[in-house]
Amino acid sequence: MAMGIDSRNRMAKRAAAEIKDSMIVNLGIGIPSLVSNHLPPSIDVMFHAENGILGMGKSPEKGEEDPNLCNAAGFPVTIVPGGSFFDSATAFGMIRSGYLDISILGGLEVSEQGDLANWIVPGKRVPGIGGAMELAKKAKKVIVLMNHTNKNGKPKILKECTMPLTAKRCVNLIITDMAVIDVTERGLVLKEVMAPYTINDVIENTASSLLLSNNVTTIT
Amino acid sequence: MKANSLNKVATLEEAISHIDNGCTLLFGGFGGIGSPPTLINGIIEKDVKDLTLIGNDTGFPEIGIGKIVSQGRAKKVIVSHIGSNPVAGRLMVEGKMEVEFSPQGTLAERIRAGGVGLGGILTDVGLDSMIEEGKQKVIVNGKEFLLETPLTAGIAIVYANKADTYGNLIYETSARNTNPLVAMAGTFTIAEVNEIVSIGELDPGEIETPGIYVDMVIESNGVDWKWPWE
Repeated sequence: MAMGIDSRNRMAKRAAAEIKDSMIVNLGIGIPSLVSNHLPPSIDVMFHAENGILGMGKSPEKGEEDPNLCNAAGFPVTIVPGGSFFDSATAFGMIRSGYLDISILGGLEVSEQGDLANWIVPGKRVPGIGGAMELAKKAKKVIVLMNHTNKNGKPKILKECTMPLTAKRCVNLIITDMAVIDVTERGLVLKEVMAPYTINDVIENTASSLLLSNNVTTIT
Repeated sequence: MKANSLNKVATLEEAISHIDNGCTLLFGGFGGIGSPPTLINGIIEKDVKDLTLIGNDTGFPEIGIGKIVSQGRAKKVIVSHIGSNPVAGRLMVEGKMEVEFSPQGTLAERIRAGGVGLGGILTDVGLDSMIEEGKQKVIVNGKEFLLETPLTAGIAIVYANKADTYGNLIYETSARNTNPLVAMAGTFTIAEVNEIVSIGELDPGEIETPGIYVDMVIESNGVDWKWPWE
């Protein structure tokens, strides 16, 4: 892209702007895992991993990997000062008890009520739930990072999800390659569009009603 | 001799003699990290088949429990995730391996419940999803929960960094993951460890799994698989 940042990283950067100092944050695999690269150094965050880490740090240098120290996706990480290790039951205890400020997840479909489907494409791909149900249901704020449309160009934001749900009414914010959309009591509200897309492009590619915020801004 | 009755150190052969065709096996590990590599290789060398596996996930095709799954040695798995092992997905679609999914945190608590003698756990995770199908719902103080049943197995295999001869265990960094839970939930628990020290050498305050849960300790030959990033 002309602005020198690809669309995946532009989405990750926008999501990073939601993270405030001293938050507890869990990043899902895929695009969400890029979010930590876009945090300003002035912000201290404790990253949580489902396998049992609080205070996950950067990827180690090549050759410095510890085969026992990995994130929930099995990739090597480091630990920051003040970090801790614990068993998976404790890791999920933290999630269920509401200690996570933000969970950033991928998505297959999101409904206008904020329902999320992200774990199974019936008859096709069945990766399994992993920790998505707990994260989606229990984090204080759930941000979904996904492409606006699927491989066939069909909308992924729908009136009702067609795929099996991960959790109902759980999503707070949707960030796609085209737009930033708030999930509110009144319905979905378009806040920002990602250039070069326009408000009309977003409306055309969204299969649910979409309210416009008073001042829809453009992210370049 | 009294001292020897507390010694649980055994050979790999002795350990594997407890693992037979058709048995139910609980395994520690998360994405292959923290799974016991020497025991897994021993199971494969003994040509054990028709296993029912219970653990976090099916690993990667050549990492952790994934090696056993990829070779078609499991007839059923109870896991939270199979996405990192495409062979597991193929076996499921072909009807060669049954897969029961549990949400990851629920699965961890079901294993823990099995290990600590509880009759089940109550959670609202999974309500309004496919996970609630066929499960009993319980109302507590006006709130609805799913009753999730405990998980146990005849054999549990875990990986730790250090053990004493009594089977007290200390894990290392994120290789701890499900291991302390799995260690409690096996009728016969085998721990594979990097280092075995004499009884009394571990600081009692630093022991993460008390030896009461461990029936046998073997020394690890170390991790022999390539990690997903390699």
